[in-house]
Amino acid sequence: MSFKLMDWIEQRLPLMEAINKHVTQYPAPKNFNFWYVFGILASVVLVNQLLTGVWLTMNYEPSGEGAFASVEYIMRDVDYGWLLRYMHSTGASAFFVVIYMHMFRGMMYGSYQKPRELLWLFGMLIFLVLMAEAFMGYLLPWGNMSYWGAQVIISIFGAIPIIGDDLTLWIRGDYVISGATLNRFFALHVIALPLVLVVLVFLHILALHEVGSNNPDGTNIKKPKGSVAPEELSKFAFHEQYTKKYDIVDAIPFHPYYTVKDLVAIVIFLIIFCGVMFFAPEGGGYFIEAPNFEPANGLKTPEHIAPVWYFGPFYTILRIIPDKLLGAVGMFGAIIALFMLPWCDRGVVKSIRYRCTAHTVNLVQFAICFIILGVLGTLPASPLNNMIGVVASFGYFGFFVAIWIYSKNEKTKPVPDRVTGK
Amino acid sequence: MSNAPVNNGRRRFLTAATSVVGGIGVVGVAVPFIGSWNPSARAKAAGAPVEVNVSKIEPGQLIRAEWRGKPVYVVRRSEEILSGLSTHDDQLKDPQSEVPQQPAYAMNAHRSIKPDLLVALGVCTHLGCAPTYRKGDFDQEVAGVKDGFYCPCHGSKFDMAGRVFQNVPAPTNLMVPEHSFPNEDTLLIGVSGGEA
Repeated sequence: MSFKLMDWIEQRLPLMEAINKHVTQYPAPKNFNFWYVFGILASVVLVNQLLTGVWLTMNYEPSGEGAFASVEYIMRDVDYGWLLRYMHSTGASAFFVVIYMHMFRGMMYGSYQKPRELLWLFGMLIFLVLMAEAFMGYLLPWGNMSYWGAQVIISIFGAIPIIGDDLTLWIRGDYVISGATLNRFFALHVIALPLVLVVLVFLHILALHEVGSNNPDGTNIKKPKGSVAPEELSKFAFHEQYTKKYDIVDAIPFHPYYTVKDLVAIVIFLIIFCGVMFFAPEGGGYFIEAPNFEPANGLKTPEHIAPVWYFGPFYTILRIIPDKLLGAVGMFGAIIALFMLPWCDRGVVKSIRYRCTAHTVNLVQFAICFIILGVLGTLPASPLNNMIGVVASFGYFGFFVAIWIYSKNEKTKPVPDRVTGK
Repeated sequence: MSNAPVNNGRRRFLTAATSVVGGIGVVGVAVPFIGSWNPSARAKAAGAPVEVNVSKIEPGQLIRAEWRGKPVYVVRRSEEILSGLSTHDDQLKDPQSEVPQQPAYAMNAHRSIKPDLLVALGVCTHLGCAPTYRKGDFDQEVAGVKDGFYCPCHGSKFDMAGRVFQNVPAPTNLMVPEHSFPNEDTLLIGVSGGEA
């Protein structure tokens, strides 16, 4: 009976076919390590954000008069309202933790290199939309940090010559940040951007499955058809889309092998997530900042205004450049540089395991500079902090310049033909 | 299909014509969507002038007024502050207020109508934060200048005439809004003298 139903569906919509192609018969390299769990974790957080977000809108009131009070109402009077809100706010920070790890994984193992440039670009677009989501979502509680954070970020567009002032007016819909701004941010945050995000995630995964997953060795698990001895072939059945053109080696099906492994990662992740959510939902003032417990006040900037931690690195770059336009250019340039990474890196060896020492040094200094910039973004501006910020910014942008130079004639170690380890 | 009569020129013309008409349609449809983001009539109407009683401001004191939702700083400057304004011109970006950040009648050494009363938008010209009035301890930021405004967001510095110091992110002096004094004690923000 159920088989008949499945057949009936299959003839009208190739459901099992799609599941086979993308889940049960998708060849994933068998040597994935710790760093490969963050993609699935990002999906888990995305689902969390969508679900809790929908539930929060049921009691949230998007207006200048009612927003702050409605968030307090959710926190105090709605059954489990506090939990839903903390799931959402902790989820926002968790999203950036896993996304930054996911991106760093890509940088370590060269997952952005040919033929995965488009995959990387989709990922970067997701990152960009995510930052817009986070920024607009942060205005919605209508606390004083919400207000002044939005004031600062929208004013950045005022740095654009000629059209800048009109553009900021158009974005705000008022001469200052007001209920009009709040309402449009609400619309974008709950409808427009999530739709874009989901579509981008779909494209990201489609693009991944077209070119196949990279692995910590950066080797190709798809060999030319007929070049591999039968006993060397992977023992598993993969979808013919992959086996028709290639001989697949060193691969296991995504399900059940990686779904089970990912399940372990998800459990560990959720334990940490719940720990933060239940015991430190404000993240020590880094996830929800102290001035946000006061309603928005257009006449009083908080004494120390700082972005939420995940914007720290880009905010610091904005801050250390003593020129409005150049500061904005520097900040967006930091993101554009990441977009351009597949073309900055002219190397052919993917994994850090087999690249030159300069590359390891460069990547490590990049990570350190990124963290320093992030920490500085949450600290007050001072001459010393600014000086450190300048040095770290040079490190950040220097990464892209350096990789372009040494990757041309790089002295690499021999890359194994097959993945290492069992 | 392969035997179908094809007139490529006509096909190209029709494709182009359809695309152009469709494109104009898209632009037309975009107008209301983009236009609806402009400030509404209600938001525009909210920009009425504001009256402030300035008779009770002590020398050195700052009061905040709200005009168009923005903070306006009104400071009564003491003799000491006024005489100190000329001492640090070489550290300013625009000491003569040449950038039109003020009405013509405030383009003078003290950037105001009455020398002692500074009227300026408390909106940093960098990214719009409200600078903090640092009375007496501003020399921690700029050596030798006792009073001034310090923006907590990105460290921009302004003197007691709202003039911006060098080497900070803010590009211009603080905005001096149109203002006038209908009588000795009353400041009217948003309207120049003669119009009121």
